[in-house]
Amino acid sequence: MTDEPGGLIHPELRSERNESPVGPAGQRLQHAEGTSQPLRSKIRERQPRGAEVNGRRPIDHEAAAARFIAAPEHEKMHDERLWDLRSKRDAQMHAIPEWEELRELASQIKQHTLAHLDEYLEQFEAAAKANGVHVHWATDGAAHNRIVHGILRDHGAKRLIKSKSMLTEECGLRDYMAATGIEVVETDLGERIQQLDDEPPSHVVVPAVHKLRRDVAEVFSRTLGSDPDTDEVPYLAERQREATRPLILSADAGMTGGNFAVAETGSFVVCTNEGNADLSANVPALHIASIGIEKLIPRVEHLGVFIRLLSRSALGSPITQYTSHFRRPREGGEMHVVLVDNGRSARLGMAEFWTSLKCIRCGACMNTCPVFRRSGGLSYGATYAGPIGLILDPTFDKRKYSTLPFASTLNGSCSNVCPVKINIHEQIFAWRRVLAEEHEIPLVKRQMMQAAGAVLSRPALYRAAISTADSALRFLPRFAVYNRWNAWGAGREMPPAPKETFHTWYARTHPAADKGSGDGSA
Amino acid sequence: MDPRDAILAAVRRNRPVGEHPLPPVPHFAVSEAGERAACFARSLELMGGKVLEPDPAADLLTAYLRGSGLAPPEIVCSAVPEIAGNRDLATVAHPRDLADVDVAVVRAACGVAETGSVLLTEAQLQVNAVAYLAQHLLVLLDPADIVASIHDAYDRPEFHQARYAVFHTGPSATADIEGVLVHGAQGVRSLTVVLLPRQPSSVPA
Ligand code: SF4
Repeated sequence: MTDEPGGLIHPELRSERNESPVGPAGQRLQHAEGTSQPLRSKIRERQPRGAEVNGRRPIDHEAAAARFIAAPEHEKMHDERLWDLRSKRDAQMHAIPEWEELRELASQIKQHTLAHLDEYLEQFEAAAKANGVHVHWATDGAAHNRIVHGILRDHGAKRLIKSKSMLTEECGLRDYMAATGIEVVETDLGERIQQLDDEPPSHVVVPAVHKLRRDVAEVFSRTLGSDPDTDEVPYLAERQREATRPLILSADAGMTGGNFAVAETGSFVVCTNEGNADLSANVPALHIASIGIEKLIPRVEHLGVFIRLLSRSALGSPITQYTSHFRRPREGGEMHVVLVDNGRSARLGMAEFWTSLKCIRCGACMNTCPVFRRSGGLSYGATYAGPIGLILDPTFDKRKYSTLPFASTLNGSCSNVCPVKINIHEQIFAWRRVLAEEHEIPLVKRQMMQAAGAVLSRPALYRAAISTADSALRFLPRFAVYNRWNAWGAGREMPPAPKETFHTWYARTHPAADKGSGDGSA
Repeated sequence: MDPRDAILAAVRRNRPVGEHPLPPVPHFAVSEAGERAACFARSLELMGGKVLEPDPAADLLTAYLRGSGLAPPEIVCSAVPEIAGNRDLATVAHPRDLADVDVAVVRAACGVAETGSVLLTEAQLQVNAVAYLAQHLLVLLDPADIVASIHDAYDRPEFHQARYAVFHTGPSATADIEGVLVHGAQGVRSLTVVLLPRQPSSVPA
């Protein structure tokens, strides 16, 4: 699928000039989100916008995907960069002999913690309080926003600087704060670009990966007064640094998320490449951290497993530039932790879906997903896009996100790369069944489901069919995967076509049950 | 109901079935391919950091400036006895007062060969923000303080004792725009490590 020897899917994006820094031996550096090959967009093209979000109306992912595909320069760069992250991840994986063992450990540690979450939450709270940290509990996003607002109001805070947090996106914190008169400033470059452009992040790790440099130049010229005709990346990054720094220095409060919370020590860990979480936490005297209750792990020693997996899976970089551990407020400082449920405890009780709570938000499943790479994160119209989004979003709203579990080829690649071994593609399929049963799926999809027949409606059967992920497609009816309604399924770069149609496969493997296979009643 | 009790009750009610025992974490020996300090240096350079061999004949700061091609700094903030800065961290009233620092100098609690990370806590930083507000960061690291892996690093007492503990692995970096790597996204533009044994007087914190 790539050109040789450079390994690009879209060789026309290759840049003649290396813009990235080089190491001491003259080698091009590719840590953090850096691409392994010099890339550059060349064609001027309007940025396609994401899915329209209309109350609880089901998201039209395919229409938004079609818009993205109709902007080929954007689509190609997106595809190329994310595939590059996936390739860098593979290289890191191959360099670690115990990789599979680490994944299994990570999965088991998370499952153990989730199965004893009440105890670990109480342990974390007690330890954090003993450390002088204020601990708050928020049952949902609205409660979270009220708590954060209350803390800021009590301190007379006028400006909050924050690092990237998917949880605060999930809670809609920025929108809420807009009505309070307290200014919120994102300090991650990608997240800041998205904030200035009034768009949500399109990817959990690289929030502006769907934008080209000219899009950023346009946003910055409009909002920061930079030169609209200069789209050199170091120039754009520097304009943002210069514009943000005074806001950081004069902020009254800082906010971070938390990648991990350690029950044993009551501490939490934040991973960034820019050091912006450390600025947010260490410059103002007040630090608020929003942490989902599923982020708990038992002990410090377990961090070794997760830190070794996280950045390697996310970016193909051995570690993020900064891995920051917060245990007690600094001298003269104040630290608050808001533990947020927002549907997580309910998800814990869903037998087929609770293991989605193991997710460490690395984004590897998004980078590897052919649908995500071709449709862009904003086409999902939800906080979480890509394969992990398909299984999380319906837990927030079954109607609004009823179409999303269909934005998948079920090729199993997501499950194969997941560092905590979530059976993502099986859960995607299980959601299709749940939504079909509850009549939340739109007509076209329902017809597709009915036509797909017994396999798609009988989980045990389907499970057997996809027991080896690579073979999943061979056992799915062709029209369930490729059809004219799936914009992202049209054209190139799809997994190999199924070798049999559903009917021939079913007839061959289930001769006795062939009759009535379309009703799915067995 | 009190939100804390409500969340804990829901978690208990929805507890997944099954045993789910906590697995022991075995000791993974990380391949260091040669000397540990050399492995550390290789790892750090891949992450955009620089490693400077100490030159016994030259003054440390002079050697650093020459080695990194920096203009003579106006403000140097040092938390180590080896270098005398001209901004005293003990007199900093608010972290923002460090915004004009050109070079900050600290000593790492330890290094990690696997990743090229250095571990810093409030004991080394004195004012945490100095490691982010300075334009450039110079870190002294005793080769004897380098551990092999991230697992080994988490055996250190800092994670149970320090208020704040951070691995720095190279400088502040971003490639959020078209994957083009830029150093100095928000924090330091460069990070240089000098492998220099601790002075007998500077006992580890
Ligand atoms: S589901 Fe797995 S691969 Fe996807 S973001 Fe979560 S941890 Fe990463």
